[in-house]
Amino acid sequence: MLRKMIALLVAMVAGFCFLSTPVSAETLELLTWKGYAPTVLVDKFKAETNIDVKVTFTNNEEMIAKLRATRGAGFDLAQPSQDRISSVQEKYQIYQPIDISKINADQIITSMLDAVKKNTNVAGKPHAVPFCWGTDGLVVNKKLAPNASDYTDLLNAAYEGRVSYRLKRPTLIAMAFAMGEDPFAKYSDPVAYKALMDKIGQALIDNKKLVQNYWSNGDALIQSMRANEIYVAMAWDNGGWKLHEENPDIDFVAPKSGAMGWIDTFAIPAKAKNPEAAYKWINFMLRPENAAIFTNLEKCGTASKGAIKLTDASVRANFERSFSDADIDNIKWYPPVPANLESIEGMVLDKVKASK
Amino acid sequence: MKPGIRWGLVIFISPVLAWLTLLIVLPQVDMFIMAIRAENPLGEMGFSLGNFKLFFLEPIYWRTFARTAIFSVLVTFLTFLITMPVAFYITKVVSPKFQGFLAVLVLMPFWVSELVRVYGWMILLRESGVINHFLLKFGVLEQPMEMLYNDVAMVMGLVYTSMLFMLVPLLSALESLDNNLIEAAYDLGGNVWSIAMRIVIPHCLPGIVSGSIVVFMLTLGNYLTPNLMGGKNGLWFTEQIYNQFIASFNWNQGSAFGFLLLILSSGIIWLGLKLTHQRLGKVVQ
Repeated sequence: MLRKMIALLVAMVAGFCFLSTPVSAETLELLTWKGYAPTVLVDKFKAETNIDVKVTFTNNEEMIAKLRATRGAGFDLAQPSQDRISSVQEKYQIYQPIDISKINADQIITSMLDAVKKNTNVAGKPHAVPFCWGTDGLVVNKKLAPNASDYTDLLNAAYEGRVSYRLKRPTLIAMAFAMGEDPFAKYSDPVAYKALMDKIGQALIDNKKLVQNYWSNGDALIQSMRANEIYVAMAWDNGGWKLHEENPDIDFVAPKSGAMGWIDTFAIPAKAKNPEAAYKWINFMLRPENAAIFTNLEKCGTASKGAIKLTDASVRANFERSFSDADIDNIKWYPPVPANLESIEGMVLDKVKASK
Repeated sequence: MKPGIRWGLVIFISPVLAWLTLLIVLPQVDMFIMAIRAENPLGEMGFSLGNFKLFFLEPIYWRTFARTAIFSVLVTFLTFLITMPVAFYITKVVSPKFQGFLAVLVLMPFWVSELVRVYGWMILLRESGVINHFLLKFGVLEQPMEMLYNDVAMVMGLVYTSMLFMLVPLLSALESLDNNLIEAAYDLGGNVWSIAMRIVIPHCLPGIVSGSIVVFMLTLGNYLTPNLMGGKNGLWFTEQIYNQFIASFNWNQGSAFGFLLLILSSGIIWLGLKLTHQRLGKVVQ
C-alpha cells in the first residue's frame, strides 16, 4: 500500500516537472496596453523572426507593481508612459538602460526620441524609447451635450447623471488646469501640490452626484457612450475617434484648457530573459509600414518617422477635425512624476470614491 | 503500535504542511514585516507602527472597513434568509427523485466564472439593459431608470455570488434532521413558526454558522462585485488595499491594511461564534 502511494507521488511530481518544461521556441514576453500588439503584427513578427509574442494587457500602475514584485523579471519588454519611468527606476530599479545603438533611430521622430531619452534619464542613461502618443481630453456626444468644451463640464449640473471619468491621476491634473492652476509647476513642492489636490478632490466630491460611474475599462466606457448613457466623458482621443466612426454625433474634443499629452514607450525590464527579442520587436513596431497598421487600427499616432504618410486619410482627418493649431500648441505634455506624489493623489482619489 | 516515525502520516501530511507554510504562513510573515515598516520623511525605510495608526486616524479607512463589514453581515443574513427555504424545500418537501436535479440547478450558475455572472447582471440592470427594455415596453416606466451602480444592486450581486456556499452546508444539516421530529411537533400543536424556530433552526445551527462564516469571509474579501456593480459609491475595503499597492505604490500601507482585514474579520467571526454559542471545531465538521 505504502509503496504504491510513494510510487504515485513520484509519478505525480515527475508529471508536473514534465509538463512545466518550457517549449524550445523563442518567445517575447510583452507587458503592454490593450491594443498595442495587434494580432496582425504579432503574426507578421512571428513569420519574420520566428519569435512568439506573448502579450499581457495592463495599465501604468499595474505594470509598475508587477515588475516591482519580481524586481524586473518575468517580462522582456514593458510599455509604461514616459513620465512614470524615472522616479520608479530610481526607487525600485526595475528597468535596464536601453542600448540606443541597437535601436534603429533613423525611423523614430528625432524630437520625440530626444524628449523621451531626456525624461527617462536615470544615472546618465536613457531607459526608454517612444512608441506612440495621444491625448486625454473630452469625448462628447455633440447632439446631447452641444456645449461641453472643457474639463469643467464634467462638473456641470446640466449633464447630471451623464458624466463619466476615471478616478486616476490624469483627472486630477486636467481638472487643475481647467481651474486655472498649473499642477506641473507644483510637482517639486509637495505641500503646495497637496493643497491643490485637496482642492480638486473637494470639487469632485461636491459634484459626485453628477457622475454616472467612474470608468476603469475603456471598452465599458465606449459601450456606455454608444448606448447614450453617457454624454460627456474624460477619455483618450482614440476612443472618441473610434466612436465617431460609428456615430458621427460623438467625437473627441480638445478641451479649452488643453488636452493632456502622453507618450507611451518601450522599456526593457531589469531581468528580461530575452532582451534581443525585445530590441527586434521595438525596431519592428517602429518600422513605418507596421506603425501605420497600428495607427489605422487604434487611431493612435506613433513615434515612427514617415508612418503618418502611410495611414488612412480618415485617421489624419480625425486629428485635423479635433485639433486646431492652437489646440496643438496648448497640449500639456506630462513631465516626469517625482516620487511620492502618487500617495498624495491616491489619498485624494480614495476620499472621492468613499464620499457620498 | 511501535514508536518511531510513521511514514504514512508523514507522506500524507507533508503536502498539507508544505502548502500551508509556503503559500500561507510565509507570505503572511512577509506581509507582516512589510506592514511594520514605513518610510520616514527622508525616504528611508525603518520600523514604524504608522501604517496601523493611519487606519484609525484617517476616518475614510476605518469607515470604509466598517461599511464593508456591515454590508458583509447584511449580505450573510440575506443569503441565509433566501437559501434556508430553498434548502428546506430541496431536502424535505420535494420528492427524492428531484432532489439531485434541483441541487444541480442551484449549482449550475457556478460553473461559469464570477466575472461572467457579474457582467450578466450588469447587462440585465443597466440603463439600456434588458429589464429596462421590458419595463419601457410594457409601459411601467416612461424613462429608463439606472438600476446599476448603487448599494442595492451591489448587495444583490453579492448575495447571488455567495448563495451556493450557504446552500451546501444547509442541505447537509437538514438532511440529518429526522422528519419524525417535525411530524411529532405538528401533532403536539406546533405551528410553522414555532417548528422553524425551535426545531429546524437549532438543529441546523452548526450548518448555518459554517455557511455564514464562508459567506461572510468571501463577501468581505470580494473585489469584483462591489467594484463593478457598486459603481461610484461602492468603495470596498479590498479596493483600498488594491489602491495602496497599485496606485500609491505603498506596499507597506497595503500590507498593514491586509493584516487589519484579517484580524478584524477574525474578530467578527469570533464574536458571531460567541453570540450563537457555537464552537469553531464543531462548526467546521
